[in-house]
Amino acid sequence: MLEIIKQPWPWYVAGPLIGLTVPALLILGNKSFGISSSLRHACAMCIPGKIPFFQYDWKKELWNLFFVLGIFFGGVTALTFLANPKPMQLNSALVKELNVYGITDFSSLVPVDLVRWDKLLTLPGFIMMVGGGFLVGFGARYAGGCTSGHAIMGLSTLQWPSLVATISFMAGGFVMANWILPFILML
Amino acid sequence: MANLLIDQTAEREHDMRAMDSMCINESQKQHKWYYNLKYLTVGLFFGILFVKAEVISWFRIQEMFRLQSFHMYGIIGSAVVVGMISVWLIKRFDINTISGEKITFTDKKFSKGQIYGGLLFGLGWGLTGACPGPLFAQIGMGATVTIVTLLSAIAGTWVYGRFREQLPH
Repeated sequence: MLEIIKQPWPWYVAGPLIGLTVPALLILGNKSFGISSSLRHACAMCIPGKIPFFQYDWKKELWNLFFVLGIFFGGVTALTFLANPKPMQLNSALVKELNVYGITDFSSLVPVDLVRWDKLLTLPGFIMMVGGGFLVGFGARYAGGCTSGHAIMGLSTLQWPSLVATISFMAGGFVMANWILPFILML
Repeated sequence: MANLLIDQTAEREHDMRAMDSMCINESQKQHKWYYNLKYLTVGLFFGILFVKAEVISWFRIQEMFRLQSFHMYGIIGSAVVVGMISVWLIKRFDINTISGEKITFTDKKFSKGQIYGGLLFGLGWGLTGACPGPLFAQIGMGATVTIVTLLSAIAGTWVYGRFREQLPH
């Protein structure tokens, strides 16, 4: 049994389970599934300044911070007890392309050739980690949600603005992965 | 007049909250802090799921945006279908929360932010290969440098809040 769990889980198992998070949070306490709001709560909690956007009672939103803390521990648990010893099965076209940019280590879920502490102050590393993180945080809040809040919760409740947001997420990702990222990796 | 002002402020506060998945439909019940542990448990399963389904893999996200694999589309697609059916069932059978409160839904309002912000978010997603949820799981599974990405995302959120009034919505 444990051997099966250690294998990568196929989409038709993982997808429906992710979908079940929506009713789980609703039934546990009438909470809407959304992860990026935790970043807003972090701001409201630590550095609200005098900014109206962060003036609210974040203590009411503690559940959301517990939820993301749980995700962190989920990562720890998966690493400690359920790690898959084999490297990932990737599309050979992607492997070939990434090899050109010197990305040859596929042992982790992150590209360790680029995403590690001593690469932080290289240009591509800085753009990816600091620049990318900034865009994720800024963009998610500007859009009023991220993949969980819009693509999953929003579409589940048939909100057309969430469809607009989801299409924009995908468009931005396509442009980055196909046309901008190659230049960054060449730096 | 004073009442009108209060109404407007309340409405503003409501809109502000409604932009996020926040407790607009505030619970009237006061719970002890440890009631939040149930959300930690859901998060825990969710995090394991993220790692085991390789949703938090930078490589899987690259495959998705290059149309080289069906995996992520299958995951998001089936998650949405299951979510839709669940929400429909909750509405159809008027299911309450475990503490007996009514489950409510708030409609999202359209704003141009969903386009501009969405595109910026997409650029960041393609770059980091992680949306906010996976960031937490990546740190957990040992990619500690992702803490920098997370802090940067918090900084991005703060900058948005700071300049919100000047941005087109």
